[in-house]
Amino acid sequence: MSSNILFDPRTALLRNTLMLASSQTSSRRMSVGIPPQAQPALAGPMNYSGRRRVNDRTDTQPLWIDEMIRVRDGRDREAFAALFTHFAPRIKGYLMKSGADATTAEECAQDVMTTLWRKADQFDPTRASVGTWIFTIARNRRIDMLRKDRRAEPEDLPWGPEPEPEQSQVMEIQQESARLVKAIASLPDTQRKLIEQAYFGEMTQAEISELTGLPLGTIKSRIRLALDRLRHAMK
Amino acid sequence: MTHRSITHHLDEATLLAYAAGTLPEAFNLIVATHLSLCDVCRADAHAYDAVGGALLEDAPSDMTNGSLDKVLASLDNGTASSPAQKVGGDLPAPLHSYIGSDLSAVRWRPVGMGVKQAILQTSKGATARLLCIPAGSAMPDHGHNGTEMTLVLKGAFQDADDYFARGDIEIAGKDVQHVPVADIHEDCICLAVTDAPLRFDGVLPRIWQRFVGI
Repeated sequence: MSSNILFDPRTALLRNTLMLASSQTSSRRMSVGIPPQAQPALAGPMNYSGRRRVNDRTDTQPLWIDEMIRVRDGRDREAFAALFTHFAPRIKGYLMKSGADATTAEECAQDVMTTLWRKADQFDPTRASVGTWIFTIARNRRIDMLRKDRRAEPEDLPWGPEPEPEQSQVMEIQQESARLVKAIASLPDTQRKLIEQAYFGEMTQAEISELTGLPLGTIKSRIRLALDRLRHAMK
Repeated sequence: MTHRSITHHLDEATLLAYAAGTLPEAFNLIVATHLSLCDVCRADAHAYDAVGGALLEDAPSDMTNGSLDKVLASLDNGTASSPAQKVGGDLPAPLHSYIGSDLSAVRWRPVGMGVKQAILQTSKGATARLLCIPAGSAMPDHGHNGTEMTLVLKGAFQDADDYFARGDIEIAGKDVQHVPVADIHEDCICLAVTDAPLRFDGVLPRIWQRFVGI
């Protein structure tokens, strides 16, 4: 990870890794506007149902930002219910892929959603999409549950000078996240599966190697290739 | 806590494993400590989290009936609030729960040749320790059976190829044989994490190793 672009770590997020780390990256960041197709999603209440099918999701990625802000600032139970309907089954699926049985996964998914309600004040839309934030809560819950290991978190950053987050920054992060979902969906099967196993399978690269019978070098280069493709797709 | 530009960073595989949550506790600790000092890797780490968030979209499994109502009934109505993390002292926050906020809180044990250490309580699978190497002194020449990560918290050290100062992390695998020497200006304090015993050359260091438990 050696890149030397200048950026604000609170907002750079996806850029450094998933966009090519070059000087062009930072200049592009300054000039990027809000894509017009993105605006309606933020303009009004969400009208997505959690049942939206996987394959028509990519172009109309629900951002869930409105619901999350309503939970955070208004303690809105209806918004919470919408988030629950979409995310709880995904958290459960993630935990089951990580080796939890259905009952445990169900309970933990409920815990994670309760944590979302309780810690909603920590959600910062200039730093992560709702999906990413929920993933980090679910991952930490899984570490508690399956591994009984502690996970140290980085030091909180001091608050920036601006009291209100720039709406364009919020938009950018959410758009990037939506594009990332699309980029992952378009990876070749073998690469996507390896990335999924690395994230969900509770396996090290060496263990993946044993399971798939592929040499460790091949695993490493495929994961690297997959990450490179993601970077390319995010250009 | 960023004061100078850090030149030695975390690698891709480690950042991915930290995002995935598959590292042993001791490695989580050193990664989180480095991220607290290094804005470049912190941004990278966010990106790896975002990959996890994107993957989450593809793994739904139906919840049982009534689970939403159950959770809704259990929610309190108060405002969301979480206690602020304590920041301050001369150590990055992730280390606070292991050793306190300040280096003066460390209970050092001499391990010979002027070097001191303090082993931190973590789960099995990897060991975390603080090492204090006197200014200008060397750690014994050693290689690695596994991975060793060394993060400089104070002072600096030099090995054959490179110079490591506060915030820099050295990742040494099996192929690395090195003699870290602390910078002459002050004692060097590092957080070192290993997933296998180090391999010392020569009889004396091997005896030393038996006592020190590195």
